[in-house]
Amino acid sequence: MNRRLVQRLGFILLGLVALIVVLPILLVVGAIVVRGIGAINWEFLSSMPRAGMKEGGILPAIVGTLMLTLGTALAAVPIGVGGAIYLAEYARDTALTRAIRLAILNLAGVPSIVYGLFGLGIFVLFLRFGTSVLAGSLTLAIMTLPVIISTAEEALRSVPADFRTVSASLGGTRWQAIRAIVLPQALPGIITGIILGLLRAAGETAPILFTAAAFFLPRIPRSPFEQTMALPYHLYVISTQVPGMPARVQYGTALVLLALVLSLNVVASLIRRRFRRKRQW
Amino acid sequence: MVEAERGSKVRIEGLSYEYAGKPALRNVDFEIPDRAVTVLFGPAGSGKTTLLRLINRLNDPVEHTRMSGRLLLDGQDLYAPGVRVTELRRRVGMVFALPLPLPLSVRENVLYGPRLAGARDRLRLSELLESSLRRAALWEEVKDRLDAPASSLSGGQQQRLCIARSLALQPEVLLLDEPTSGLDPISTAKVEESLQALKADCAIVVVPHSVQQAARIADRAAFLLSGELVESGGPQLFTRPRDKRTEDYVTGRFG
Repeated sequence: MNRRLVQRLGFILLGLVALIVVLPILLVVGAIVVRGIGAINWEFLSSMPRAGMKEGGILPAIVGTLMLTLGTALAAVPIGVGGAIYLAEYARDTALTRAIRLAILNLAGVPSIVYGLFGLGIFVLFLRFGTSVLAGSLTLAIMTLPVIISTAEEALRSVPADFRTVSASLGGTRWQAIRAIVLPQALPGIITGIILGLLRAAGETAPILFTAAAFFLPRIPRSPFEQTMALPYHLYVISTQVPGMPARVQYGTALVLLALVLSLNVVASLIRRRFRRKRQW
Repeated sequence: MVEAERGSKVRIEGLSYEYAGKPALRNVDFEIPDRAVTVLFGPAGSGKTTLLRLINRLNDPVEHTRMSGRLLLDGQDLYAPGVRVTELRRRVGMVFALPLPLPLSVRENVLYGPRLAGARDRLRLSELLESSLRRAALWEEVKDRLDAPASSLSGGQQQRLCIARSLALQPEVLLLDEPTSGLDPISTAKVEESLQALKADCAIVVVPHSVQQAARIADRAAFLLSGELVESGGPQLFTRPRDKRTEDYVTGRFG
C-alpha cells in the first residue's frame, strides 16, 4: 500500500475516533436543550415549586447549588492550594510525603457515595452540624480536595526551578519567591484545577444526599446550618420519586444544571485567557 | 564599601566538598582580593561552579553533600551558625551561565532584590534602577522600555540585565558563572567591559568560558583540575605558568 493512502486512512480513522468521543456529548446536550428549553421562563427560574413540584419553579434548588458550590470553594481552595504549595515547594522526598501523595491519588478514586456516608458520620452526626449547607459543603470540599491539590501541585512544579534559584541568589526567602514569581506563573493552572473540582462538586448528588439535600423545601436557606434543595438531587427526585411528573420540568431542570456547569466552565477559560494575555513571556 | 586597602575579601581555607561521596573540591586554599577580577578556570568538572556556588551558599538545598574547611567573608565564617543566608546573598551576588530574567518587566527585574529587602522609597528605587542599569552598560538601550517584559530583550541585553539586577543590591562580591557562554562576541565584549568598570566597587569572581577570556580579564587567576587548586597567581599565570599541567591547559594541549 502506498504511504499516502496509509496516511489518509490514518487521518480518517483518527477523525472517526474523535467523532465517537464528541457525538454522545452533542446528542445528550442537544436532547436536553430541545426538550427542556420549553420549560425555561422567568417563573421557572425565579419561583418556588408548587403542586407537588409539578408546577412553579426551581429557585431554591438553584440557590442551594450555588451556596453549596461557594461553600465548597471557601473550604477547599485555601486548604487545597496551601497543601499543594507545601508538597511542591517545601516537602522533601520522604516516606511521609510519598504516603501523602499516594493517599491523594487514591482519594480521587473513592466513589462519591462513600464521601456522602463519611460526611454523614463526621459532619452531620459527630460534629452535630445536622443536615445542612455547611455539612454538605464540607463533604463536597473533601471530595474536591484531591483534584485541586494534584492539579495545583502540577502547575507549581511546571514553573522552572531557575526562577527559584535566581530569587534565592538575590536574597529572597522561599516564600518570597513563591509569592512574587511562582504563584503568579502557576495561577492559570491552579484556577483550572479549582474550577474542574468545583464543577464536579456542583453536579454531584451522592455526597449531599445525606448531608445537605432536602426532598422538598420551598424556601431559600437563611443560614449555613439549614437544609437546602439542590439541582442534582432535585433532578433525581423529580425523575424517580414523583409519579406523573411532566417530562418538560425534568428536562428543564437538567438544562438549568447543565447551563450552570457549562457557564462556570466558560468563566474559567475566560479567567485563564485574561491571565495569559497579561503576561506575554 | 569605602575601604582604603585592597586586601583579601574572601578567604578559602582547606575547603573540601563532595556530592554523594564524589569529591568535587579537594583541600582548596585561596584568597579572593577586593576590587579586582579573579578568574577560576579549568576543564569541565574541575569544581569551578561548585566553588562559586559555595561562596553565596546556593548549594545549601542540595542534599547528600559534605563539606569541610572554611569560607571567610571579611574574616567571618560564611557557614557559621547564626549567619543569615538571605543577608549573605545580598552581600554576595550571583550571575548565572544562561541569562535568567524573572518573568517580570525590565524595571521589576532590577528592583526585585531591593524590594525583597524592604526598599520602598520611590525616588531611591528609581535612582537605583538607573545607576544599576548604567553600571551594567544597559541603560541607553532600555531606558525607553523599562516596563517591557524582560524576555523581549536580546540574549546579550538579558545577561546585562541580570548583572544589573545583582548590582541593584550593591553587593560586595559579584560571582559570575560563565556569564558570556551564550553570547555573541559583541555582547561578550560589552559584558567584559562592564566588569572592568565594576571592579572599582566590589570583588568580582568569574568562571570564564574560555582560557582566552580568562587571560583578557584576570587580575588574579586560579587553575582548578579535578577539584584541586593546581596553581594561582597574577596574569603571568597565562604566560609563564609554573605547573606543567597549567601550561598544558593554557596552551591548549588538553581540555
